[in-house]
Amino acid sequence: MTDTAAGSTVSAAEKGKRRDIRYRSLNALYRKEMADHVTSRRFIIILVLVIAMTVASVYGAVTGISAAIRDAAMDSKSAFDSSYMFLKLYTTGGSSIPSYMSLIALIGPFIGLILGFDSINSEKNSGTLNRLVSQPIYRDSIIIGKFLASATLIAVMILSTGIAVGCAGFLVSGIRPTGEEAVRVLIYLIYTIVYISFWLAMAMLFSVFTRHAATSALASIALWLFFAIFMSLLAGVLANAVYPVNTEYQQAFNGLNNYNLNLNLNRISPYYLYSEAGSVLMNPATRAINAVSYAQLVGALNGYLPLGQSLLLIWPHLVGLLALTFAAFTISYVGFMRQEIRGN
Amino acid sequence: MADSTIIRTRDLTKAYGTKVAVNHLNLEIRRGEIFGLLGPNGAGKTTTILMLLGLTEPTLGDAQIDGHDCTRESMLVKRITGYLPDNVGFYSDLTGRENLRFTARLNGIPEKEIDPLVDSLLERVGMAHAADQKTGTYSKGMRQRLGIADVLIKDPEVIIMDEPTVGLDPEGMREFLTLIRQLSTEDGKTVLVSSHQLYQIQQICDRVGIFVDGSLIACGGIGELGSQIAARGHYTLEIEAEPCDDRFLGYLGGLKEITDISKEGNTFVISSTEDLRSGITQFLGTHGYKLLHMHQKGGDLDEIYRVYFEEAEKEEGDENDDRHGSRKHRFGRRER
Repeated sequence: MTDTAAGSTVSAAEKGKRRDIRYRSLNALYRKEMADHVTSRRFIIILVLVIAMTVASVYGAVTGISAAIRDAAMDSKSAFDSSYMFLKLYTTGGSSIPSYMSLIALIGPFIGLILGFDSINSEKNSGTLNRLVSQPIYRDSIIIGKFLASATLIAVMILSTGIAVGCAGFLVSGIRPTGEEAVRVLIYLIYTIVYISFWLAMAMLFSVFTRHAATSALASIALWLFFAIFMSLLAGVLANAVYPVNTEYQQAFNGLNNYNLNLNLNRISPYYLYSEAGSVLMNPATRAINAVSYAQLVGALNGYLPLGQSLLLIWPHLVGLLALTFAAFTISYVGFMRQEIRGN
Repeated sequence: MADSTIIRTRDLTKAYGTKVAVNHLNLEIRRGEIFGLLGPNGAGKTTTILMLLGLTEPTLGDAQIDGHDCTRESMLVKRITGYLPDNVGFYSDLTGRENLRFTARLNGIPEKEIDPLVDSLLERVGMAHAADQKTGTYSKGMRQRLGIADVLIKDPEVIIMDEPTVGLDPEGMREFLTLIRQLSTEDGKTVLVSSHQLYQIQQICDRVGIFVDGSLIACGGIGELGSQIAARGHYTLEIEAEPCDDRFLGYLGGLKEITDISKEGNTFVISSTEDLRSGITQFLGTHGYKLLHMHQKGGDLDEIYRVYFEEAEKEEGDENDDRHGSRKHRFGRRER
């Protein structure tokens, strides 16, 4: 706000110089944030968490798949469906270990939260922000640099673990990905990066508006728990209150509305959005995500959705997740630009 | 540049809601001088500094550094102004050297010039021995010296320091003040120091401004302010003589210039409207007294500050007695 020089008539040279300053300071901040993260203790914590998660999920998937094959072999009536086996490495759990997909949906936000919860307020408290804003840099470089550095780390971490699961699964089980499966996994990982970046933006939002790192950490964890656990309960309660389904008559009359309201309320939660998108992407047998009437199913062939059609189903989810991320980041950006930063 | 004024504010005002933190400040600071901005906690010193750096917008008026508007051209201003904040912080996981390198990069100094520059600055502030320690292990004095090096990286024309001497031990303080003095005398930098510690500032400042409750109540050289006080008829004399008997007391009681006498130990503190020294020494000499101690106060900043501050308080008190207490309260709240 105060850092952007006024005046609409600026020469091209001056504009170039400004771009230069912006690039230079953003670059310096980005590199420093990155170095900070990589050498910090908390990064080791995240790394251990992610690696443990990856190893456990590969183990779970491999045992789960072999158990499924064994069951199918014993029971001649149900044939084991061997299409899209590679994707099952990500979606199958076993020996009471959840799948990679559900682990990431639950634990992934934690990565974003850890990287972001104290990004602004700890610098405020240690007096470094004060020094930083008095340097000849644009103030928004600070918050953008921080976000980009953390988002890059998230991307690197998710892509490497995601690919590691595939590789490990391939080595252990010999399941080879088809081209479509590889693309599906890649898109799924991109969704994951956006999803975790949302939590990063959320944590940064709290760090801009709270004074203590502990407060912002607690607030973001509370939000995470709310979306992961309580949102679905709340949606059910609300849907039942608006469209009661206690009697058979109400059931017949309100059933569809109740279901739709419940679903749409749930979709406010990024956790649900992401899980839904993931299940469509990684399970091509999913043909619809909304309520489907019997009439609509008449004459439908039971088959798999091609990739394009799957993407069509979850396109709104990606847009929604991106919108949520940008909204959270924009609020923190504006808040940060308007804040008065003084020593304490 | 021909213009000898480097910092200029015109009716600079900042209000937070109904509280006026800085009230129509008109200040001119000359190139190359050390200016002390003095005042109690919460007088609006930090707010003024933030406005000078373009970190907060003035409600009214404007400020300029070297001809650049502090709000609209803050990038230009920040390029030539170094700021050492109150309680300066460094990234505690990085060493002193790494912290300085980071600042150098932010200032766009070419990579290959960074290391020699950082080394020379560390040498200069006497921190070369601890350059490769993490700043988390630094003492307050070390942080303050590293702060000076940090400020000097961009080779600023103006250096602004906010309460730089708070929390330093006497030795650290002495070294630190020498450093500041050098910045002015050797490098020709303009230095603006805000403080509530009068003695230290008195040693190094060319001029001071006394800041109370958002307003500048006096501004000038220390000698100048001292004579201003004297011209108003404020003299304070400390005197100790032996024997300290009734005759002496009677003599003092007879002087009509005296407005107030108090006794601290064996020392009399005498407030008067005129200089009494010659009269008293004559009396003591002719009556066989031994003069143990005599000191004319005034002319030092403490006295100047007390007088001006008391005057400001009195005016305020006359205006509205109720506000007095609440004003004190606000002081406490503002400075966290």
